[in-house]
Amino acid sequence: MLVLFLGIQLQAQQCDYSISGVVRDFHDGNVLVNSTLSVNGYEIYALSDFDGSYKLDGLCAGTYTITITHPECEVAEFTVKVNENITRDFKLEHHTEELNAVTVQGENSNKGSVSSASTTLHTETLEQYSNASLGDALREIPGVSSLNTGSTIVKPVIQGLHSSRVLIINNGTRMEDQEWGVEHAPNLDLNSASNITVVKGASALRYGGDAVGGVIVTDPPKAPVKDTLFGKTILSGASNGRSLGLTSSLMKAYKSGFYIQGQGTSKYAGDLRSPDYVLSNTGLREHDFSVGFGLNKFTYGFDAYYSYYDSEIGILRASHIGNVSDLVRAINSGDPNYVEDFTYDINAPKQDVQHHLAKLSFFKRFENAGKLSVDYSFQQNNRKEFDIRRGDDSDKPSLDLRLTTHTLATNFLYDARSDFKANIGVQASYQENFPNPTTGIRRLIPDYEMYTLGAYATADYDLSSKVRLDAGFRYDFRQVDAQKYYLNSSWEERGYEEDYGDLVVQRLETQLLVNPVFDYHNFSGTVGARYSFQPNWNLKLNLSTASRAPNPAELFSDGLHHSAAIIELGDLSLNQEQSYKASIELNGQTGGFTFGVNPFYNRINDFIIIEPNGLQYTTRGAFPVYEYGQVNARLFGVDIQAAYAFNANFNIKSAFAYVNGQDLDRGRPLIDMPAPSVNTTFAFTKPEWNNLTLSLRNQSIMRQTRYPDNDFEITYVDNSGQQVTETVEVSRPPSAYSLFHFSSSMDFEVFKQSTLTVGLFVDNMMNTAYRDYLNRQRYFADDLGRNFRIQLKLNY
Amino acid sequence: MKTTKYIALALIALINFTSCSSDDDSVPEVINEEEVITTVNITLVPETGDTVILSSQDLDGDGPNPPVVSVSGSLQAGMLYSGSIELLNETVTPAEVVNEEIQEEADEHQFFYQVTSSLNATITYTDSENQYLSNGSQNPVGISFNLQAGAASTGKFTATLIHEPSKEAEGVSDGDITNAGGESDVAQTFDITIE
Repeated sequence: MLVLFLGIQLQAQQCDYSISGVVRDFHDGNVLVNSTLSVNGYEIYALSDFDGSYKLDGLCAGTYTITITHPECEVAEFTVKVNENITRDFKLEHHTEELNAVTVQGENSNKGSVSSASTTLHTETLEQYSNASLGDALREIPGVSSLNTGSTIVKPVIQGLHSSRVLIINNGTRMEDQEWGVEHAPNLDLNSASNITVVKGASALRYGGDAVGGVIVTDPPKAPVKDTLFGKTILSGASNGRSLGLTSSLMKAYKSGFYIQGQGTSKYAGDLRSPDYVLSNTGLREHDFSVGFGLNKFTYGFDAYYSYYDSEIGILRASHIGNVSDLVRAINSGDPNYVEDFTYDINAPKQDVQHHLAKLSFFKRFENAGKLSVDYSFQQNNRKEFDIRRGDDSDKPSLDLRLTTHTLATNFLYDARSDFKANIGVQASYQENFPNPTTGIRRLIPDYEMYTLGAYATADYDLSSKVRLDAGFRYDFRQVDAQKYYLNSSWEERGYEEDYGDLVVQRLETQLLVNPVFDYHNFSGTVGARYSFQPNWNLKLNLSTASRAPNPAELFSDGLHHSAAIIELGDLSLNQEQSYKASIELNGQTGGFTFGVNPFYNRINDFIIIEPNGLQYTTRGAFPVYEYGQVNARLFGVDIQAAYAFNANFNIKSAFAYVNGQDLDRGRPLIDMPAPSVNTTFAFTKPEWNNLTLSLRNQSIMRQTRYPDNDFEITYVDNSGQQVTETVEVSRPPSAYSLFHFSSSMDFEVFKQSTLTVGLFVDNMMNTAYRDYLNRQRYFADDLGRNFRIQLKLNY
Repeated sequence: MKTTKYIALALIALINFTSCSSDDDSVPEVINEEEVITTVNITLVPETGDTVILSSQDLDGDGPNPPVVSVSGSLQAGMLYSGSIELLNETVTPAEVVNEEIQEEADEHQFFYQVTSSLNATITYTDSENQYLSNGSQNPVGISFNLQAGAASTGKFTATLIHEPSKEAEGVSDGDITNAGGESDVAQTFDITIE
């Protein structure tokens, strides 16, 4: 205590040190004029002058974090230890995350509202996940977990909610990629984004009013307004799955504001491995590319963009089961029933998905008013799912859906006053789903057309220099016009004849055709405030409400879901769910210490859930029946993160997330809530040694103790021929687990203006066998074993 | 005001866009599932006496109605029955005999017959893949089998068709399902009496 006290005393006496140097462009070495340098936690600022020179004065002895911003560059943070006047040159990277001068002035860098809890992942982090998926990368953010089918199908979960409750905005366009299914991962190449922001709540009203869980916004790289050509290539290899991944991008920009860019990614992987066995048929192929060009003048501009995503993903062979007896055998055995030698081949069961996104956008800036933008986008999503089938059907998909969406959006940003900003906009979209009948299997999702018309207004206002208020409102109209065949027996059993008999168009011998046309009126809104106190501390309070209409799966499913061996029944009578979320976020930084805490409470009325309701018997055997229904629910939880820099070289970072979900109607926990988790990273960096970084991360996931009891009893004939009645334990979450991951990287100057970064990673270093509660294949096999990865990145 | 002009333009575009979207109310074609097995008929022919037929029929496939199960009579104690199984898809007319597909893919299919311990009966396979595929494999398929009835007893008889079993795994060729893996395409249980 005394030592500490003396330390402070000593520091207090010597507060006239300075840091000075030059800020340069990492790419071409040119000096950067007008960079803002600020010492985190102190009111010490400097601007770099015409020579790029800067000087920060009045520093005491100690360790400081310096944030440097420049309109054309990534925001960079450097840790500097001061015990004398020191000279230090900084290099900023502009390649990957170019913010051109026009967008900096106009766009609100906040994706949600100023008061909403949000976190952004930057290029540096995303690059580490170059050969993985969006869902894997987002787990870096406290409060974001994932719902997996194996380890290649990864859906992001924000504060306990996922699928249709999480909007994914790809380059300004809302992804329409059949996100309703739990085994439908986002059809998006992570490498096409330079930044990904997660807004934890519904306040990003511009993108949609139904974000009960949150919004994920990806930004493509922005072109600089100057004559330049740059790019990067990342080559990744991994031992587990013996995979290879290659991603490359190139951008050519001109001083006139014109730019053209392209980017492509290929991934090729074979069967993955758990610590003890091969996970047969878990290979992956992915080929994606995107191209774009446009013009960015200060007063007007346009962008044209096209992206293509194509993936073929093998589904663990052992998870494909025929009936409940197979499920019982799998759970009791504990090991997968199908294990073969490693192969790159992908057989059924598998998914084959393509996603096209084409987009045209224009903007025009008006003096003393703001900016008007108009976007048109076209999306087509083709999803084929292959099951193990018999005879002539074995090469036919079991599910073949083509979802086409056209969207037209306009937004007007008013930014003529510096203390008041507003956005108003209108969005219209038309969507058509075509389930190909040649599958020979009754359609899981029917033919439908959907019309959506939405309008919103949002504003934020500086009440004082410290307090900023924001508010927004959105209304959406949605009409679903579907044509669906029901089995006569299901139609009767569901009791639909009485309520929906007048919707029947045609009655056939065993089936009938129904034409439901449903309208939904959705209201959503947000209000909040941000209070900034001290340098680098701010407190955000946000209240939001979101309204989500039931998706086609929730309304219309009826039939056997092979991958889960359950019969899923939708419900035509579902209405929209309405959430009310309160969130507080406190962020701050003092010296080497950074802290953030985000508690939230989310009350959801008419929350749509799927729950078991007895068994159904068929020639194939027995299947549990799961029906969609609605309950009132609430979720609360907290995300906490803290970091401390011991000195310029060592730092520790830790994050904790907790969610508690409750079905209020029946007083029991909600299913599939992420278990509490703690992630701790120890990092060492040494810029002088070729920018060496070493880090060791511990990922600890506790056991989920709050889960609903959906176990059911089944009578079946066991392996020895005896008829037994057994409880099928589908509910109990797996045990807690703790994994260690290692990562390292170094930079080498290879050619003039080129840097090679070599990264070496070891995931699951201890080769721990584990299963995760939010992995739908947890009944069948262990998760991934140890994985050595190597990554070569060349910036040029 | 230029601004309002642009907003008006955008709104007009929007209205045109929504109104011109296609609305061809063409009726989607009905799908009669080709792969469904609605009916399982097991015929047990004794050396002397009445043939016994075990039958299970579920005409709505994966729909809510359970299969209708029937057993035509009791088995005679001590009698050897020659058994065969037939699978039908009766959602199409005429009914499709699924056996043909099973025979064509005999190496990927196997029937398993199990009896509860209270029922005094043993089952042995009487066919092999070679019969259907001429592939030289003596692995059983189980489309035909023998059932030897023992002393008078009652119990349950279960027929299971496994798609893609590990036929080489231990016990599988003797009809033990324990190591078979794969997935069930048919699983039906019948109440049997031996008199």
